[in-house]
Amino acid sequence: MTDISMDIARPEPKFRLDLTSDAARARIRSRYRAETRFKAYGIAALTVTALFLAVLMFDILRNGLPAFWQHSLLLDVPVAADIVDPAGKREAGAIKGADYFPLMRNALNAAIPGIESRSASKQLTRVLSVGAPDRLRDMLVADPSLIGKTIKVPLLLSDDADLYYKGAGTGIDDRAGRGTATPSGRTGEITVLTSSNDFAEELQNIKLRLKSVADTISRDAGRIERSGPDQAQRVASMRAEVANLANRYQQPGNAEALDSKVPSVLVAINGGLVKATRLDASGITGDVLLPLKSAEEAKPGTWKVVHYSTPESDRKVTDQEVAFLERLREAGAVDRHFNWRFFTTGDSREPELAGIRGALTGTALTLLVTLLLCLPIGVMAAVYLEEFAPKNRWTDVVEVNINNLAAVPSIVFGLLGLAVFLNFFGLPRSAPLVGGLVLALLVLPTIIIAARAALKAVPPSIKEAALGVGASHQQAVFHHVLPLAMPGIMTGTIIGMAHALGETAPLLMIGMVAFIVDVPTAFTDAATVLPVQIYLWSDLPEPAFQSKTAAAIVVLLAFLFLMNGAAIWLRKKFERRW
Amino acid sequence: MSGIYFTTMAVLVLAGFYLSSRRAVGVSREASAGSLHSLPVYHGLYTAALVFVPMLLVFAVGAPLLDRIANSAALAAFPSSLATDELHRGATLRDVYNLAANQYSGAPSLELQNAAETLKSTLSLGRWTIFGLGVALGLAGFALGFTSIDKQFRARNRFERFVLIVLFACATVAILTTVGIVFSVLYETIRFFFDPSLKGRPTVTDFLFGTEWNPQAALRADQGDIKTAFGFVPLLTGTLLITLIAILVAGPLGLFSAIYLSEYATPRIRAFAKPILEILAGIPTVVLGFFAALTVAPIIRGWGHHVGLDIASESALAAGVVMGMMIIPFISSLSDDVINAVPQSLRDGAYALGATKSETIRNVILPAALPGIVSAFMLAISRAIGETMIVVMAAGLAANLTFNPLDAVTTITVQIKTILVGDQEFDSAKTLAAFALGFVLFFVTLVLNVIALAIVRRYREQYD
Repeated sequence: MTDISMDIARPEPKFRLDLTSDAARARIRSRYRAETRFKAYGIAALTVTALFLAVLMFDILRNGLPAFWQHSLLLDVPVAADIVDPAGKREAGAIKGADYFPLMRNALNAAIPGIESRSASKQLTRVLSVGAPDRLRDMLVADPSLIGKTIKVPLLLSDDADLYYKGAGTGIDDRAGRGTATPSGRTGEITVLTSSNDFAEELQNIKLRLKSVADTISRDAGRIERSGPDQAQRVASMRAEVANLANRYQQPGNAEALDSKVPSVLVAINGGLVKATRLDASGITGDVLLPLKSAEEAKPGTWKVVHYSTPESDRKVTDQEVAFLERLREAGAVDRHFNWRFFTTGDSREPELAGIRGALTGTALTLLVTLLLCLPIGVMAAVYLEEFAPKNRWTDVVEVNINNLAAVPSIVFGLLGLAVFLNFFGLPRSAPLVGGLVLALLVLPTIIIAARAALKAVPPSIKEAALGVGASHQQAVFHHVLPLAMPGIMTGTIIGMAHALGETAPLLMIGMVAFIVDVPTAFTDAATVLPVQIYLWSDLPEPAFQSKTAAAIVVLLAFLFLMNGAAIWLRKKFERRW
Repeated sequence: MSGIYFTTMAVLVLAGFYLSSRRAVGVSREASAGSLHSLPVYHGLYTAALVFVPMLLVFAVGAPLLDRIANSAALAAFPSSLATDELHRGATLRDVYNLAANQYSGAPSLELQNAAETLKSTLSLGRWTIFGLGVALGLAGFALGFTSIDKQFRARNRFERFVLIVLFACATVAILTTVGIVFSVLYETIRFFFDPSLKGRPTVTDFLFGTEWNPQAALRADQGDIKTAFGFVPLLTGTLLITLIAILVAGPLGLFSAIYLSEYATPRIRAFAKPILEILAGIPTVVLGFFAALTVAPIIRGWGHHVGLDIASESALAAGVVMGMMIIPFISSLSDDVINAVPQSLRDGAYALGATKSETIRNVILPAALPGIVSAFMLAISRAIGETMIVVMAAGLAANLTFNPLDAVTTITVQIKTILVGDQEFDSAKTLAAFALGFVLFFVTLVLNVIALAIVRRYREQYD
C-alpha cells in the first residue's frame, strides 16, 4: 500500500489556505469586527430592556411616592358650642350631624386676618378639603368635653393645595425694592409708586413677550396669505393686531396690563401683598391679596418685588391661593404627615380623601376565592394527569387543551364569566365571588403545569420504594410523592396568584369597575380590586388622582415583588437535586 | 340557612369518620380469624365520603332549583297584568325580595305584600325540604358505611376508587372551561348573525368585510332604523398595526437578548439580566398601560411636535411600543429555551470549521432553532392580539381604517371592553357584537397557539 502514495501527482490545490496576505488579514479583521458588532447588538438589546424597566420604575415612583404624604393645616379651632351642639345635650348624633363649615372658616380667618372681599374669602376656604372636619368631628364625638374650648386640630388640605406644597405650584423669587414705595391704600385696588424705576425690568419682559406674540401672528398671517386669497379679511385683521402690538412694544415707556398668561408680578409691602394688574417702570396698579398693615411709605430694602414664575393660567392654584398658602406656610401652620388615610378609606370622588382600603379588601376576598378553588383543583388535576391517567387519546386532548388554555387572552375568560356565571347562573355582578371564579379558571392551567413539573421532578425511585414495601398506588403518591413535590407546587401557586393579582381585563367584564365607596365585607358584596382601581383612577382628570394612581401601582408592585420574592425564597430553601 | 346546612354536614362527616374508624378498630379486635383488610382510617374515610357526596349534591342541585321555584311562585302570586315584560318582572322581583327582607322603602302595595308572603313561605318550605332531604341521605350514607364494616370489606379499594373519580373530575375542569368558552362565545355569536328578532344585526359578509364600525347606533331598540355599522376591518387593521409595532420592537430586542444570554453571557451577567426580564414579565399590564398613556404617549407626541409631525395623543405608536416591551421577556425566554435545546455537537462542528461565534450563531444555531423561534413569535403575536389593558388605556376608541402608526386606532379588545363595561342588555346587537369579536379573538389566538405548540412539540422530539 505504501507505493500508492508515490503514484499520486500532487496537483496544484484549487484552494490554498491563505492567512498571511493583506486581503486575508483584512478578511479576518472584518470577521472579527462582525463578531464584535453582533455581540454589541445583544448587549444593546439587554440595555434597552433594562433601561425601559428603569424608566418605568423611576416614573412610577416619582409620581407615586409623594401621594404617600399629605399636608394638613394645624390651626387653633375655637369650637363654639352654639355651632357644634346648639341643643347642648352633647349627643354623639347631634355632634356628628353638625355643620362644621363655620368653624373652619373662623379658624382660617383667624390665621389670615383682614380678608374682606367675598371672592378672596371663598378662595381661602377652598384650600381646605371637604373632608377637613372629619378629624375634628371624631375628636369631639370621642370627647364632648372639648366643646367650647379652642383646640389645635389638623385640617386636611384640598388636593390642589396639597399638590402646591408638594411643589406642583410655581417657582417664587423676589428682590428688594430699590426706591421708596408708597402704597395708596391698605385694601382693595391700590397703586404702589416707587421713587426709582423698580419695575423697568418687568416692563421690558412684557414688551419682549408682546413682540414675540406679534411675530407669531405675523408669521401665521403670512402663511395664510400665501395659501390663498380667500381669507384676505382675516389676514387684514391679523395685520392690524400686529400693528397694534408693535405700537405697544416699540414705546418702552408706557404702561402695560398683565394677564394670567404671563408670570405674575407682586409687591410685598408693609406686611401685605399686592398683585400687579398694570405696571409701568416706576409703579404698579393692582389688587391687594393680603391686606397691608398700613399705607405708609416703605423705605428702600424694606419692601420686595415678588415673581410667581409659572403663569397663573398654567397652574391649578390662583395667585390669591398661592398668597394664602405661602402665608400659612410662613406661619408654620402646615403639617406634613404620612397619608394613613390612603390605606384606611375606600374610594372617593375627592382625591385627597380617596384610599385603597376597599380595593385591597376586594383583592383579598377575590384572591381567597381563587386560591381556595384553584389550588386543590389544580393539584388534583396534576396528580391525576401525571400519576393516574392512562396514556391515551383523551389524556392527549386534555394536555393540549391545558397548554392552549394557558395562552387564551384573559379578556375571553371575562366573556366566559359574563355569559356563564352572571347570565346563566345568575350570580351577582361586581362580586369578589365571581371575580375569584374567573381568575381561578384563568390561573388553573398555570398551576396545573407547575404542579405537573414538580411531580415529574420527584425521582421514580421514591414511588417505587413505597410500592415495593406494599403501599397502594395512591398511598405511594399521596404519602410520598406529593409531599416531596409540595415546595415546587407552592412556588407555582404563588406565581399563579401573582398573575391573578395583576389581572384586570376579565374583571372589567364582570362589572368590578363600579365606583364603590364602601369597603366590601362579604364575597357577594359589590367590590373592586387593586388593578381595576388603578385603571379607574388613571381615567380621572385631576392631577392628584394621577399621583394616587401611581401610589396604588407602587402598592400593587410591592405586593407582587413580595409574592415573587416568597416564591424565589421557597424555591431556594426547598430546592433539592436528586 | 346554608350555614346551618354546612355545619350539619361537617358534623355528620366528622361523626361518620370517627365512629366508623372506631368501629373498625373494634371489629379488628374481635376473636374471629384473620385481620382487617383495610386500615381503620379507610373505613372512616369511606363512610365520610358516603355522607359528604349525597349531602353536597342535594345542596348543589337544590339551592338553584329553589331559587327558580321561589321566583316563579312570587311572580305567579303577583297579578300578571302588572309585570308584563322582562324588565318589569326583574324590578318587581327585586321589590319582593327587599320586602321579604324588610328592606323595602316606602309603603308596599297589597299585591307586593302578597307576593312577598308567598316568596317567604316558598323559601322556608323549600329550605326545610332541602335540609331534610340532605340530612336523610347523609344519615342513609352513614348507615350504609357503618354497617358494611367487616374484616373482609375492602374499604380502601372503594375509597381509592372514589378519590380517583374526584381526581378525574378535577382534570376535566380544564376541558369544561374550554367547552364553556366555546359555547358561551359561539352561542352569542350565532345569535348575533342569525337571530331574526335582533334589530340591526349584520350579515357575516358585512361583518367580515365592512369598513365601518359604529355599534353605538344600535344602542336603543327604538333607534333600529339608524344606520348601524358592524364592519370588522378597521378593528382588524388597528389590532394588526399595534401588533406589528409591538413585534418590530420586541422581535429584535427579545431575540438578541436571548442570543446574548444563551451564547455570550457569563453566569454573572445572566444572574443579573435574567431577573430584569422576569420583573418585566411580572409587571401587570394595567401598570404598563398607565405608563403608556401618561408618559410614553406625551413623550412621543412631544418629539413629533419637535420635528413638525402631528401625532395623535392616543397614537398606535405609543401603545405598540409599550406592548412590545411587554412581550420582550416572552420572546426572549421562549427563544432562550429553543437556542439552548440546539445540541452542542452542532456548535462544536461549526467551531471546528473555523467559524467565529457569531457566524456559528447566524449560520448554524439560528437555522436549527428557527422553528422554535417562529413559534415563539407566533405565541408573542397571539399574546399581543389578546392584550387588553395597554390598548384600553393608551389606544383610541375611534375605528379609523388606517396604517399610519401616528394616528389613533382601535383594537378588538378595546371594543369588547368598551361595549361590555357598564350596563348591557343581552338582546341588543351591540352587546352580541362584543361576543362575536370575542369569538374572532379566541379563534385567531387558538389557531396561532395550536400551530406554535405543535411546532415546538415536533421540534423537541427531533432533538431529544
